[in-house]
Amino acid sequence: MATSVRATSDGSPPSSRPAPSTSDQRGSRPPGWRTRLYRFDTKASPYAYVAPFFILFAAFGLFPLIYTGWLSLHQVELGSHAKWVGFDNYTGLWDNEFFWKALRNTFTLGVLSTVPQLLMALGLAHLLNYKLRGRGFFRVAVLAPYATSVAAATLVFIQMFNPDYGMINQLFGHLGFGHVDWESSKWPAQIAISTIVTWRWTGYNALIYLAAMQAVPADLYEAAALDGASRWRQFVNVTIPSIRPTILFTIIVSTIGATQLFGEPLMFGGGVGVTGGTDHQYQTLSLYMYDKGWNVGELGQASAVAWVMLLILLLIGAVNLLIARSNRRKLGA
Amino acid sequence: MAQLTQAAKTAGPRHSSAAPARRRRVKAGGAGKQQHAGPIAYILLIIAAAISLFPLYWTVVAASHTDTDITQPPTPLLPGSHLVENIKVVWDEVDMTTALINSTVVAGCVAISTVLFATLAGFAFAKLRFRGRNALLMIVVATMTIPPQLSVIPLYQIITKVGWFGHLQAVILPSLVAAFGVFFMRQFLSEALPIELIEAARVDGAHSLRILWHVVFPIARPAMAVLGMLVFVQAWNDFFWPLIALNQQNPTVQVALAGVGAGNHTIDHAAVVTAALVATLPLLLVFAFLGKHIVGGITAGAVKS
Repeated sequence: MATSVRATSDGSPPSSRPAPSTSDQRGSRPPGWRTRLYRFDTKASPYAYVAPFFILFAAFGLFPLIYTGWLSLHQVELGSHAKWVGFDNYTGLWDNEFFWKALRNTFTLGVLSTVPQLLMALGLAHLLNYKLRGRGFFRVAVLAPYATSVAAATLVFIQMFNPDYGMINQLFGHLGFGHVDWESSKWPAQIAISTIVTWRWTGYNALIYLAAMQAVPADLYEAAALDGASRWRQFVNVTIPSIRPTILFTIIVSTIGATQLFGEPLMFGGGVGVTGGTDHQYQTLSLYMYDKGWNVGELGQASAVAWVMLLILLLIGAVNLLIARSNRRKLGA
Repeated sequence: MAQLTQAAKTAGPRHSSAAPARRRRVKAGGAGKQQHAGPIAYILLIIAAAISLFPLYWTVVAASHTDTDITQPPTPLLPGSHLVENIKVVWDEVDMTTALINSTVVAGCVAISTVLFATLAGFAFAKLRFRGRNALLMIVVATMTIPPQLSVIPLYQIITKVGWFGHLQAVILPSLVAAFGVFFMRQFLSEALPIELIEAARVDGAHSLRILWHVVFPIARPAMAVLGMLVFVQAWNDFFWPLIALNQQNPTVQVALAGVGAGNHTIDHAAVVTAALVATLPLLLVFAFLGKHIVGGITAGAVKS
């Protein structure tokens, strides 16, 4: 091996570092432990490199996750000792109308904020994929909302959605629509909140789609054009199937994001944000959990809500897995 | 999650089948052969850009008007002259100096440490062989799906017990590394770092720290810069955990905004919007100067995921 040659020519004295077993063979020359050290180095260094991630994840991700599960089986108030209550926290949720409301709101807000968002992102990516003047400007412009925070964006949108003086109702007035109560009516409020989410994330997803579209081989389009496929046909039959993995990826990421929707409804509600409006009309599961844990001070029940969220995500993951399987089978056939 | 790996797989072979140089040329050629945008495409794009930028523009407009201006129709659409007064109100009522410093410290620490740890792990996953590599990488990807809600309750109990509640380390420590960063660096280094370079360095007797310092880091530098910017933006905008772990005495910008939004301060609507502007301005400046690189980073990280 090249290294042992190097090692003999290397005159530096061995340090007292190596393992005890090597010191026994001190007579058998330095190459022995140098080679071993080298082998140990190449064997162990990968683990040393990935270790920080896994140690930090174990400490701040995995342990709290399991501990949350344990807490969900206890009655825990802020600053007091835990008392075992079995599945009472879960059955308590089952009987609680606000929990079901939060679950429904999370679902409807999730659909309202992700479906239009991803469809528009797909269209936007298609437009950005044309040969364009000012390409760089358009890309940075549609990504700009990504630079705003949930809190800042929501504070500004509240002003625009204000039922009394907001510009959106003014615009609706000019267009001849009626006055919309964006705050206390359920669906308008949910639409307003979804608008904030959509505004912040559409450009980001469009860029992800754009990147995938640019990796589609040009000859696929040429072949489709030779077959007389229109631009729209090409988009449906070439672009969409080619970027399907990316679409699935964004669906998963957006679904995860929607399941934990928190900042937008909290900030949108202002003083009554924690309960998701006066009538809980846009309280999400995350808000419900925060409300239970830090307003009511029932950490055990809040933990149960957190685990329900985890189970929902696992369920979504399983459904996605099944869809992916059947897709693959269809493609294989 | 399964799709993620599937996506990586489907994207993978296509990439590796063609030689890297040719591949890049095909990509550029593909874009070049794209059809020119018609007038309708331009109109739609201008509308999209306008919708994206208008709320940002109007933030500046509202922040430069008085409360009565913006709460009485018709809403002003051109900048006014009240910006300085509004900023004074914000600074008098909200501890914005502390908030801005805190957010810079938190986002800076999180960005530096995430880039460092993600580069180490990404390099190992991309170029080193070791037992359990694929399984460990699967775990990294899987951790991306776990929402912060699953960890905040125990973390809250811990930080109150050790006296970190309201202190910045409570926000920094749990965010020192991110799975998406590891994945991002792995994708970059798989393509950008030729294995021959590492082997050559090994033959020269370089130990792994030397290889890291003299081979891996120099090649990874552009990706590290992009990842650093992305993480900085995310950490600056992080909301859920800082809201729990910090209080209004020692807030980050987002926590201060949450206090403003919940009506903790006696400030009018114009000042509220001004606070939002102050909180966003640093990132908008970053975007104005480095937006292209951030766009490139998002698309580069995305193709293969």
